[in-house]
Amino acid sequence: MKIAMPMNEKKVESGVCMSFGRTPYFLVHDTETKENLFIENTAAKSTGGAGIKAAQIIVDNKAGVLLTPRCGENAAGVLENAGIKMYKTVGDSVVSNIEAYIAGKLSLLEDIHAGFHDHGKK
Amino acid sequence: MIMGKNNMKIAVLSGKGGTGKTLVSVNLAAVAKKAIYIDCDVEEPNGHLFFKPDDKKEKEVYVLIPEVNNNLCNGCRKCVDFCRFNALAYIKNKLFVFEEICHSCGGCIMLCPQNALTEREKPIGKIIEGVSEEVYLYTGMLDPGEASGVPIIKELLEKNKSVSDRDIFIDCPPGSACVVMESIKDADYCILVAEPTVFGVHNLNMVYELVTLFKKPFGVILNKCMDERDPAEEFCIENKIKILGKIKFDKTLGKLNSEAQIAVRTNEKYKVIFTSLLETVKKEVRNETASDS
Repeated sequence: MKIAMPMNEKKVESGVCMSFGRTPYFLVHDTETKENLFIENTAAKSTGGAGIKAAQIIVDNKAGVLLTPRCGENAAGVLENAGIKMYKTVGDSVVSNIEAYIAGKLSLLEDIHAGFHDHGKK
Repeated sequence: MIMGKNNMKIAVLSGKGGTGKTLVSVNLAAVAKKAIYIDCDVEEPNGHLFFKPDDKKEKEVYVLIPEVNNNLCNGCRKCVDFCRFNALAYIKNKLFVFEEICHSCGGCIMLCPQNALTEREKPIGKIIEGVSEEVYLYTGMLDPGEASGVPIIKELLEKNKSVSDRDIFIDCPPGSACVVMESIKDADYCILVAEPTVFGVHNLNMVYELVTLFKKPFGVILNKCMDERDPAEEFCIENKIKILGKIKFDKTLGKLNSEAQIAVRTNEKYKVIFTSLLETVKKEVRNETASDS
């Protein structure tokens, strides 16, 4: 199974990014091979709808779960339709979040925010 | 001004909300009497609260958004990759359209090799017409959560394009973004309303840059003026910007406004002030037109 996480940089030590849609990178960790794959988040520079595109990237990389501190409603819509479960990260350590997820210690992400689409708009 | 057209289109704008756009545009339209007032501040239109128009007529405004026929879609994703607003996603062999994100460009429909996408009308708000004494009112109202008020503003201004004998006063949205550009696009003249503070200068500069970019003739009305030094006035002098007039900070005016009264219709002093402001603006527009030709 593949676990996806938003990342600040292209290295495991860099920590979980606070943003999902506009995170610079994603980490896709394969629980069977223990392989880590870093993917650039091409949605980060979008004028709008970054969450949707970021979620599409997660879907396309065949992740089974997403560990993230937060997620907007449009992105959540994409992930739900794809059957990808979202769990809320605790702290920003990548390794301990993966361990906590495998141990069943992370809870499902339920506080989906309505998005930051409207600020300073138009 | 266009040949054969003898009215003027005045857009009133400012870099932020609360500087006095509505005060200026409502009162200028009211003293101009046979005028048209267009509220382009579609996210929070408030001119109608002052005019309290009669004979109201409502009309819905629609945009066209894509609708997918998943039986025809072959998952090529050309539309998903094309949409710069990311309003489309392809999940588990199914295309999803995020309506609120879509900007109605129609590109995805043109691009689809399978003709799986068609256009569908979606309501985004309305235009309310009304009359207040001799002033015709057009108010745009955007539904909450919609991406852009531009289609409503376009329709508001298109409606009044052919009118040739009434001066038009356009109450713009705050700021200098797309909705403001759309609102001032066809204006003959722009009035920038400014507050006498350092923050006010920052906001004035935003709209100053915008009207300069659009090559619009313009002047400034300094609002809420006090007896102290006025950074907005200093900015105008420094940049050789025409000051059309000054409105003093006055509790009576504040009270009239808070009661949704039109100052020029209830207060003789303000009738005189705005009548003279209107004359100044008209003279400016005439000068600009003369120097253009």
